Amino acid sequence: MDDLSAEPPSSQTEKSAASSSPEEFVDLTNNLESAESKVEAEISSPEPSDDFFDILGSETQKVEVEASVKADSGEVSIGVTDLPGGKTGSEQGTSSAAPIINLNADFSDNNQQPSRVENKTNDPLAQVLSDTPAADPKKPSSAVLDLFEDDGSDIFTGTPQTKPASQPQKGLFGEPDEDLFGEPLGAMSKKTTENEVKSSTTKAAGPASSTGGAQQDRKSTEPADIFTEEAVTTVPRTSNTSTVNSKANGVHSEEDLFTEATVELSLDSPRSGRKKEETSKPSASSSSSSLSAPAKQAKQPPAALEELEDEEEAEKEDQFDVFISVKDPEKVGESLLPGYFFFFFNSQTSLPMFRNKLMTVRRRFSDFLGLYEKLSEKHGPNGLIVPPPPEKSILGMTKVKVGKEDSSSADFLERRRGALERYLQRVVNHPMLLQDPDVREFLEKEELPRAVSTQALSGAGFLKMINKATDAVNKMTIKMNESDAWFEEKLQEVESADQHFRKLHALVESLVVHRKELSLNTANFAKSAAMLGSAEDNTALSRALSQLAEVEDKIEQLHQDQAANDTFSFAELIADYIRLLGAVRGSFDHRIKAWQRWQDGQAMLQKKRETEAKLLWANKPDKLQQAKDEIVEWEAKVTQFERDFERVSATVRKEVIRFEKQRTNNFRRQITKYLESLLQSQQQLIKYWEAFLPEAKAIA
Amino acid sequence: MSSFDDNNKERLRSVSVDLNNDASLLIDIPDALCERDKVKFTVHTKTTLSSFQKPEFSVPRQHEDFIWLHDTLVETEDYAGLIIPPAPPKPDFESPREKMHKLGEGEATMTKEEYTKMKQELEAEYLAVFKKTVQVHEVFLQRLSSHPILSKDRNFQIFLEYDQDLSVRRKNAKEMFGGFFKNMVKSADEVLIAGVKEVDDFFEQEKTFLLDYFSKIKDATAKAEKMTRSHKNIADDYIRLSATLNSLSAEESTANKKTLDHISDLFEKLRKVEGRVASDEELKLTELLRYYMRDIQAAKDLLYRRARALADYENSNKALDKARLKGKDVSQAEEHQQRCLQKFDNLSESGKKELNNRLG
Repeated sequence: MDDLSAEPPSSQTEKSAASSSPEEFVDLTNNLESAESKVEAEISSPEPSDDFFDILGSETQKVEVEASVKADSGEVSIGVTDLPGGKTGSEQGTSSAAPIINLNADFSDNNQQPSRVENKTNDPLAQVLSDTPAADPKKPSSAVLDLFEDDGSDIFTGTPQTKPASQPQKGLFGEPDEDLFGEPLGAMSKKTTENEVKSSTTKAAGPASSTGGAQQDRKSTEPADIFTEEAVTTVPRTSNTSTVNSKANGVHSEEDLFTEATVELSLDSPRSGRKKEETSKPSASSSSSSLSAPAKQAKQPPAALEELEDEEEAEKEDQFDVFISVKDPEKVGESLLPGYFFFFFNSQTSLPMFRNKLMTVRRRFSDFLGLYEKLSEKHGPNGLIVPPPPEKSILGMTKVKVGKEDSSSADFLERRRGALERYLQRVVNHPMLLQDPDVREFLEKEELPRAVSTQALSGAGFLKMINKATDAVNKMTIKMNESDAWFEEKLQEVESADQHFRKLHALVESLVVHRKELSLNTANFAKSAAMLGSAEDNTALSRALSQLAEVEDKIEQLHQDQAANDTFSFAELIADYIRLLGAVRGSFDHRIKAWQRWQDGQAMLQKKRETEAKLLWANKPDKLQQAKDEIVEWEAKVTQFERDFERVSATVRKEVIRFEKQRTNNFRRQITKYLESLLQSQQQLIKYWEAFLPEAKAIA
Repeated sequence: MSSFDDNNKERLRSVSVDLNNDASLLIDIPDALCERDKVKFTVHTKTTLSSFQKPEFSVPRQHEDFIWLHDTLVETEDYAGLIIPPAPPKPDFESPREKMHKLGEGEATMTKEEYTKMKQELEAEYLAVFKKTVQVHEVFLQRLSSHPILSKDRNFQIFLEYDQDLSVRRKNAKEMFGGFFKNMVKSADEVLIAGVKEVDDFFEQEKTFLLDYFSKIKDATAKAEKMTRSHKNIADDYIRLSATLNSLSAEESTANKKTLDHISDLFEKLRKVEGRVASDEELKLTELLRYYMRDIQAAKDLLYRRARALADYENSNKALDKARLKGKDVSQAEEHQQRCLQKFDNLSESGKKELNNRLG
C-alpha cells in the first residue's frame, strides 16, 4: 500500500520522463536490457547484448556487483532473489511491512531531496543494485537500514526484494506487486500522455542517475520495483547510471521502465500473466525497446516468447508487442455451403491499451479479409503499406469443405493458418496500424459483425472489381512525370522484385510438386525393392535389398517432410512477399493518386483564374467576386492537396524504408530457417545411407 | 548417396570383371560415333585364339549388327539350351534431343545463364545416354566372349572379325510385324505349355522363381526410373531457382543481396548434388536393374524353349502310342520321339547348368 502511495509520485516522475527524447529512451532501454541480460545471465540463461557493455559500462559493473551480491545472497535467499536476499538479510530482522514503509519513506525522500539522494544513492545504489544491501559488505544491514531511512537506495532495495523473488515479494509485498503495477501503470499511462517531462527530467537528471541504478536493480530482478522506483526515481534516482537515466528520463522513460519492469517480472516471477499485464499496460507506445524487453522476458514464457527471443537476436526492431498465434481451424456447419472455418487465435500483448494480456477470440476467414478492407480503406490513401491477407481461394476452400480428411485439404488449412498468423502479426507490428480501433476490436471483441463485402462475387465484390479495373486504366493513362528519382527507382525495384518473386514462387511450387512426386516414387520403389528382396534367394543380397527398401522408405519420409518444408517456409514466404509487394505498389498508387488530385486541383485553379481574368476583362464585378472566392477556395484546396501529396510521399517513403528493412531481416531469418531444415534433411539422408553402407558391403 | 553408389558400382564391376576373366578373347568398345540415329561402335578385339586370323583387330559395327548377332544366336537350334545374353536395347537419343528442342523453344522465357545451364545439363544427359549405350553393347559382347560355347560361334567370330560393313539386312516392316506376331504366339504358347506337367522339380522351382523375380524386378525398374526422373526434375528446378535468385539479387540493393547470392550459390550446388544423384541412380541403379531384368528374360526364354521341347516330347510320345496302335509308321514315330527326348534332355541338362551358373 505504501508503494501505492509512492506510486503517484512515480507517475509524475514518469510523466516528466515521458517528454524526454527517444534517443535517451533507447539508451535507457539498452541499459535496461543490458542490465536485464546480465541479470538473466546470472540468473538463468545468459544473453548479453552488445550494447550493454558500452552503454552500461558502469551498469555492467554494477551488475557484476549484483552478481557477486547474489552469490552472496544466494545463500540467504534463492537465485533470483539476490537483491531481496540481500534485503532480506538486512531486513530479516525487520518485517516485510517495515521495508515497504522504508521504501515509501525513501521515495518521498527521494522526491523531495533528489540531489541528496543522488549523491548518496549513487554509491549505495551501486551497491544496492548489486543487490545492494546484503551483498555488499559495507552496508549490508546497517547501510541498508540507513538507505531505507534516507535514500532512494533504500527504496531500491525494498523494491528489488519485492520484484526479484516471488518469495521475497510474497513476504514483503504479498499483494504489493500487483498493486504497484496496477497503480503505477495507470499512473504511468496517464503520464505518458502528458509530456511535461523535460523539466522533470532535468530534475531527474540528477535523480535519474539514481533511477538508473534503480532500474538496473529492477532489471536484475523486479519489474514492480522498477515502476515504483521509477515513479520515485524519476526524481530521486542516483547517478549510478546517470547517463542512462537521463536518457531514460528523456522521452520514453516510461516505456523503458515498463520494459524493464516487464523484464524483471519475467525474471522474478515466472507468472507470465502478471508480466503480461504489466507489460501490456506500460508498452502502449510500443517502442522497440520495450519490445525487446518483453522478448527477453519471453524466455521464461515458452513458445511465443522464444520466437521473440530469436527475433530479438536478429533485430530488436522486429520485436513485437503483440504476439499472435492462430490456432487450429474449426469447421462449422455440416454441408457444403454454410460450412466455414473458425480460426482461433491467441494474442499475447504487453500493451496497456488492451484489457487483457492474453486474448483468445475466434474469427472467420472473411473477418480477416474484412479487417484488411477496413484498414486499407482507412490507411491506404495515406500511403501506409497495409499488410495484405492471404487471398481467398474458392477452389481450395471448396475442396476443404467438400473433401474429407485428405492431406491436401490439411495442407491447405495449414497454409492458410500460417498465412493468417503472419498477416495479423504484420498488422500488429505496424506501429500505426496497431493504434487503429478496428485492429483492437478485431483482437479483443468476442463477436464481430459479419464482414459482408468479402463474398467473392457479391455485389460489393463486383463493384470492387470495377473499381480495380478503372484504377488499372487510370494507372495506364496517368503519366506522372516523376519528380522524385527515389520513388521512380523504388517503383522499378518493386516491380522487378515482384516479377522475380512471382517466378520464384512458381518455381518453388513446382519444386514442391516434384519433391512430392519424388517422395511418392521413392515410396513405390521402396515397396518394389522390398518385394524384390523377398523374392531374392541369395540371402545376403536379399538382406541388402530389404535394407535398401527400408532406407528408401525413410528417405521417402524425408522427402515428404522436405516438401512440406519447402511449402511452408519457402513458398509461403515468397507468397507473402508477393502480396506485400502488391501492397507496396498500392501505396505507390495512392501516392500517384494524391499527386493526380493535386494536379487536377492546379488545373482547376488555373481555369478559375482564367475565368476571373475573363470576367475582369468583361467587367462583370458581381461575378468577379464569386470567382475570386472560388480562386481562394481552390488555392486553399491546392495547397491542401499539395500538402497531402507531400505527406503521402513522406509516409510512403518511410513505409517503404521500413518495409525493406523488415523484409531484409525477415527474409534472412526465414531463409536461414529454411536452409537449416534443408541441411537437416540432407544430413539425415547422409546418415541413412551411411547406415546402409555396411549392409551393402556385406554382399561383396 | 555414396554408399549407394558404391554398392552398385561393386556389383557392376563384378559383372564386368567376371565377364572378362578369359584372357583368350578380350573385347571392348573404345569408341563410338553418333551420326543422326545411327551409332557406330568400334569393336576392338584382342585374342590368342587360333580361329582368328589376327591377334588384334577393330571393326565398325552398328546397333543393328548386334541385333542380328543376337537373333542368329537365338535361332540356332544348338543353343536352345543356353541362356543367350540379352540383346542390348536400342539407343535412345530421342528424349534428350526432344528436350533440347523444347529448351530451344523456351529460350526466350529464361535468362541466358539459365539457358546455358539447362543446356549443359541436357548435354550431360545426352552424354550419359551415350555412355550407357556403349556400355550395354560392350557387356553383351563380353558375355558372349566369356561363354564357353557361344564364344566359339561362327557368326560371333564373323561379327568380330569381318572388317567390312556387315550390312546385315535391316528388318523390314513385315518382319517386324512377324516378330511381333511371333511374340504373341510365344506368350500364348507359354500359357498352353504351362499346362504340361513338369517332370523336374528344379525347373519347376526355377520357373516360379524366375517368373516372380521377373515381375518384381520389372516393377522395381519402373519405379526406379520414375524416381530417377523425379530427381532430375528437382535438379532442373534447382537450376531455375538458382538462376531466378541470381537475377533477383542482381536487382536487390539492400543487405539481402549477399544472402540471395549465397542462396543462389547454394541451390546451384544442390543442383549439382541432385543431378549427380539422378545420373548415378540412372546409371547404376536403374541400369543395373534393367540389365538383370533382361537377363532374367533370357533365362525365361530358355525355360520356355525347354518347356516347348518337353511338350514336343510328350506329343511325340502320344504320336508313338498312336502309331503303335495303328501299327504303321512306328519306326518313324519312334525316331521322332527319341529325337525329342534327346533334345529335351540336352536342353534340360544345359539349361540346368546355365541356370546354376547364373545363380552361382
